[in-house]
Amino acid sequence: MDTVPRMVAVLTIVCCVAAIALSQVYSVTKEPIANAEKNEQLKAIKAVLPPYDNDPLKEVEKHKYEGSTFEFYAGKKAGELVGRAVKVKSDSGYSGTIEAMLGIAPDGKITGLYILKHSETPGLGAKIVEKAFTDQFTGKQLGKCNLCVKKDGGDIDQITGATISPRAVCFAVRQGLLAHKALYEKKSE
Amino acid sequence: MSGLREFTKGIWEVNPLLKLVLGMCPALAVTTSAENGVGMGLAATFVLVCSNVIISMMRKIIPKKVRIPVFIVVIASFVTIVDLVMHGFFIELYKSLGLFIPLIVVNCIILGRAEAFASRNGVFYSLLDGLGMGLGFTLALLVLGSIREIIGNGTIFGIMVMGASYEKFLIMILPPGAFVTLGLLLGLMNKIEMNKK
Repeated sequence: MDTVPRMVAVLTIVCCVAAIALSQVYSVTKEPIANAEKNEQLKAIKAVLPPYDNDPLKEVEKHKYEGSTFEFYAGKKAGELVGRAVKVKSDSGYSGTIEAMLGIAPDGKITGLYILKHSETPGLGAKIVEKAFTDQFTGKQLGKCNLCVKKDGGDIDQITGATISPRAVCFAVRQGLLAHKALYEKKSE
Repeated sequence: MSGLREFTKGIWEVNPLLKLVLGMCPALAVTTSAENGVGMGLAATFVLVCSNVIISMMRKIIPKKVRIPVFIVVIASFVTIVDLVMHGFFIELYKSLGLFIPLIVVNCIILGRAEAFASRNGVFYSLLDGLGMGLGFTLALLVLGSIREIIGNGTIFGIMVMGASYEKFLIMILPPGAFVTLGLLLGLMNKIEMNKK
């Protein structure tokens, strides 16, 4: 009954059937997954940029700045640039990477911040996703404001019981602004 | 052996979470809210039912010595299907459950039922066993998630129930809250069982 050829045959057949079934499911779900991911991106871009009427996902520019790659999505209204959304991240969160979408106007002012991904402590560090926290960044820019938490002498209110998460967000925001400044603001001046 | 009994035993008598104490990892980690609990429960139920049915169908042709690899291949395939479908159609839930969807592969309940039940019983009974066990797991996660969400966040399924002035008892959402709640639930189960006798 349990001969080696039989075992090999059964296992091979089971694996082949499983592989074929999975490839079918993959091809069916490929498009919905791509759409869902795209919608998530668009939702974030919409949240951080002023109203625009183009498709920012089509006007993406990738730039290297100080060793990391930044993706800038340009938002335009009637052909005119209203701002760029850039994905920023920080590895210095309390647990794991924090990813955020940052909207920057052509003059370097922040138009919005939206936290994409984080695994901070629920109820404490996780409050970085709340509007009360992210809205503090709106209108701020490099040079005129100190984009650090108050504990570090900056202008951003930290969250009670959680200083590390807001600090990481500030770091990510600064990186995004610096990259934006180096890549775009010089050209216009 | 009646079909009804095969179905109902998983809900109370041998509830996978509260009686067999299997599947602890997802149970403790994802039950920060009622919604996450139900999502995890339903995903695991789907995998459990499908793998039980397929394995019971193949039970006579699978050689004994390679049965575990065969079970794992079947289970892993269904988990991948759940993962892909959830990513495409329920992206919010997919994001909050995160890593725990692929980890259903190593959920002891599923391999346990494949080995202990589906490889020895017919398709119909295996289907009922999978449904009952899955439902029992989902209900247990729902109770665990609801308690933690109500006390820890003042909400259930995202709806405010404790009033705006409620002081959130954060530790219930954090890992210790999972252990405390699970311990109390296990104790309660045992108490009820003892009173029955």
